[in-house]
Amino acid sequence: MTDKPKIPAIDLKQLQFYYQSGGWQLHLPELTLHCGQHLFVRGASGSGKTTLLNLLCGITRPVSGELYVNGQPLHQLSSSARDSLRAKHIGVVFQQLNLIPYLSVLDNALLSSHFAGQNKTDSVSRAKTLLQRLGLQQDLWHKPATNLSVGQQQRVAIARALLPKPTLLIADEPTSALDSDNRDAFMRVMLAEADANGCTVIFVSHDQSLTQYFHYQLDMQQLVKGVQPC
Amino acid sequence: MLMKLARLSLWNRRGTVLMTWLSLTISIALLLGIDHLRTEAKNSFTSTVSGTDLIVGARSGQLNLLLYSVFRIGNATANISWPSYQRIIKHPQIDWAIPISLGDSHRGYRVMGTNTDYFSHYRYANSQPLVLAQGKAFEQVFDTVLGAEVAQKLGYKLNEQIELSHGVGAVSFSQHKDKPFTVVGILARTGTPVDQTVHVSLQAIEAIHLDWQQGAPIPGRQLTSEQTLAQDLTPKSITAFMVGLKSRMATFTLQRQINEFKNEPLTAILPGVALAELWQMLGMVENLLLLISLLVLLAALVGMITTLLASMKERQREMAILRAAGAHPWYLFVLIQLEVLLVTLLSMLSAAALLFISLYLLQDKLAADFGLFISLQVVKLTSLYWAGAILLLSAVLATIPGVLAYRKALADGLTIRL
Repeated sequence: MTDKPKIPAIDLKQLQFYYQSGGWQLHLPELTLHCGQHLFVRGASGSGKTTLLNLLCGITRPVSGELYVNGQPLHQLSSSARDSLRAKHIGVVFQQLNLIPYLSVLDNALLSSHFAGQNKTDSVSRAKTLLQRLGLQQDLWHKPATNLSVGQQQRVAIARALLPKPTLLIADEPTSALDSDNRDAFMRVMLAEADANGCTVIFVSHDQSLTQYFHYQLDMQQLVKGVQPC
Repeated sequence: MLMKLARLSLWNRRGTVLMTWLSLTISIALLLGIDHLRTEAKNSFTSTVSGTDLIVGARSGQLNLLLYSVFRIGNATANISWPSYQRIIKHPQIDWAIPISLGDSHRGYRVMGTNTDYFSHYRYANSQPLVLAQGKAFEQVFDTVLGAEVAQKLGYKLNEQIELSHGVGAVSFSQHKDKPFTVVGILARTGTPVDQTVHVSLQAIEAIHLDWQQGAPIPGRQLTSEQTLAQDLTPKSITAFMVGLKSRMATFTLQRQINEFKNEPLTAILPGVALAELWQMLGMVENLLLLISLLVLLAALVGMITTLLASMKERQREMAILRAAGAHPWYLFVLIQLEVLLVTLLSMLSAAALLFISLYLLQDKLAADFGLFISLQVVKLTSLYWAGAILLLSAVLATIPGVLAYRKALADGLTIRL
């Protein structure tokens, strides 16, 4: 499918993380994810999902091993370099309460492009288009984020995550607060937008029924054994 | 965006922010007010007398002499005889001298006997001369010139007749009823005790006491105004006198000569030195007030930091969202600092406004009741220093929640513990 060797979106080798206090530890032998791939990671709570996400988006630094996101050696970068890498290349969507309550919908969407240091006027026009495509009409843009329904809030979160045109979208159970109709709509619009941006997706959830939306899926147990997505 | 975040975040917590703002406003207004009052009081105080090189009175402490001669507070211990006065002012170095005779009053306001040199030589503030707002200086024996406040408070107009009382109490039982005075002049406001003084000539003081002895009228020897005018009205003694020298170089020499005057025990003081000594005594109280207001300010600032710390818990999600969107922990630190500085800055502006309004409302009362003339110019160089110090202090205190936000952001990552 590819005619030239592309840089993988995520490439990790022998990644290890544990807290100084000891006890629990996470060890990931190998994982490679190519650009545009959508991966569903399934795991019960306590299986290390959150730690994996913190590692992938550069909030925490691995104790040992190698981690490349978009070709950048995350394990070697300083914390501020990791912060700016996250601002530019990684979008994050949480379970719920993704928005800052006192900012308007539009300002919430613009946060990530602000931290990525992107041009303001350009960002505003792109944010408006993106919000519209996500089904959030103009009359909602200047309302405080708390006036929106949970489903709408999650879509604003997608807009924020995708606005700086990231290479990687990380979603941490973003549908857990949605009912099934909203959930289906959300999944479709999220993955469609990710595809439109050529964005790699890592989606973490314990909800088995969501696997239908993904080509690739892995269990946390498989992940720690080094099984590659297929 | 940072500014917008800080602004909207404060607005989001407007309940607690409002209370913080209120307490900071009050305490900053208190601090600036006390600082303002003390510089103004000092100015008003030290400007009561100017251009006078020496004040001479009967032997006493310099503060006592200063208080009764300039501030009309307290009483003289003894008088200076007229011949001694005449002899001293013949000194070649003396340019002018203003005799002062005190001891009577009019409805609580002190009466001062003097001569017309007073109107030409007396200076206050930055060498400002006395100005007659209405009328002229006294010419006849039973003429009087009123200080601005006496005229205003008691509602006297030119050509009105007033009676003097013996002694200095507000209510006096011995009146000089038989010899009324005519108001011939009213002085312009000076902001000094001159405003609270009734000025008459030395001859008038002599005239109203002509038929008195040992502080009481001599029975059966009442003289009418006309009769007294026929008598010799040369004063027998005066209370004190002010001296202006031809050259200031001679001040200390003359002071020593007067202090060693053979004929009677006298004291000569330098008004500037005496004023400074008096102010030093009051300075203790002033510093204490300033210290208290500083502590009040500190309490208000600590209160602000406390509410900020309390809010940090409910703001964890906000911080996590900012982190996820790519904010460095430093950004969160700066955000908190900015919020604190915004509240402090706002409080300082409202404090200045509050101070201005309250001074505007209290100005007349302070002038009338305490003789304090406070300018409305609240914002000046020293208050800018204060503003800088307050901002610095709040920034230093804000590092506590700021560092907390920074460290929590590093430790918690994207997980939000509710």
